[in-house]
Amino acid sequence: MSTPALRVGHEPLFGAPEAAHRPMSGYGSGGPAPKRIIVGYGFWIFLLSDVIMFSAFFAAYAVLFKNTAGGPSAHELFDLRNTAVQTACLLASTFTCGMASLAVGQRNQKWTQLALLVTGLLGLAFIVLEIREFSGFVVRGAGPGRSAFLSSFFTLVGCHGVHVSAGLLWLGTMMAQFFAKGFRQDIRHRFLCFSLFWHALDIIWVGIFSLVYLVGSLPPELLP
Amino acid sequence: MSNELDYEAGSYVGEDRAAGGGQPGEQHTLRREVRGYLLGLALAVGLTIASFWVVGTDEIYRPGLAVAILVLAVAQMGIHLIFFLHITTAPDNANNILALAFGVLIVCLVVFGSLWVMIHMNHNMLPMDQVMQMQR
Repeated sequence: MSTPALRVGHEPLFGAPEAAHRPMSGYGSGGPAPKRIIVGYGFWIFLLSDVIMFSAFFAAYAVLFKNTAGGPSAHELFDLRNTAVQTACLLASTFTCGMASLAVGQRNQKWTQLALLVTGLLGLAFIVLEIREFSGFVVRGAGPGRSAFLSSFFTLVGCHGVHVSAGLLWLGTMMAQFFAKGFRQDIRHRFLCFSLFWHALDIIWVGIFSLVYLVGSLPPELLP
Repeated sequence: MSNELDYEAGSYVGEDRAAGGGQPGEQHTLRREVRGYLLGLALAVGLTIASFWVVGTDEIYRPGLAVAILVLAVAQMGIHLIFFLHITTAPDNANNILALAFGVLIVCLVVFGSLWVMIHMNHNMLPMDQVMQMQR
């Protein structure tokens, strides 16, 4: 084993040779990946399937966008100031969620709870703004039953809102578990999944505010 | 205890981080990570402001606005993936990258495929009032 010729077989096929000496390289040398990597990968697969579900709603919205059935169009309906505040809330909450995961890495209870609280309050503000916007539409006679455009709009944006609401419940659970049980390994793995979920929701919101609200508020003659 | 510290929580999908409480390099690593999040936030805020600005401006070619918004959105999604979800090209992240690539493929098939098919059907259909007349 000590001769150089025998060592060659232990080098990885790709990448830097020193990767073989790290405990976990992704090449299979050094045994199975730690549980944290596997948990993250599994949840990543779930998130991607969630994104594919959203892509179907995006496609339905894009197809039905012009079918207003004589009702209000996107150009008349959307208030971009509301969307801008919602976007700011969700972007800030995704940042504070990142700060919370750094605090969890430091095992710092005070900063973890504080960052998660701010994340939750910003998420709550987002949901309140969305509910206010939706109820305003319904009061103006632009509910989900008015036209195919509005059905697909409420389905797409409402589905994202339901995800954020579920995320808020999960966030409260994580705060309680960190407080009551401390930074146990299984709870940190749950938190890893939560933070992935929260960041992914912001990515979907980027698609919604750009392709639904901003493109929808363009004058009709500018649309493809 | 050392085994416990091997599992670092956080939003890291794949990247393996050297962990350890109270080590000398600890504060340095933390500062670098906070800086990474701040850089991601700054880029995301910049792209968001750009896309809201683009809607109201006359500075750019107006018929290209929808495409400009789409490009800015895709750029911002990339920023989120890199700085917040920590998708990297590290070897232990290869599985995440492959799954992401497959997800993007399916998303593109669903969205562009639906639009393509439905727009062609729309072009080839009789206008609805004529259909109604034929049914009388």
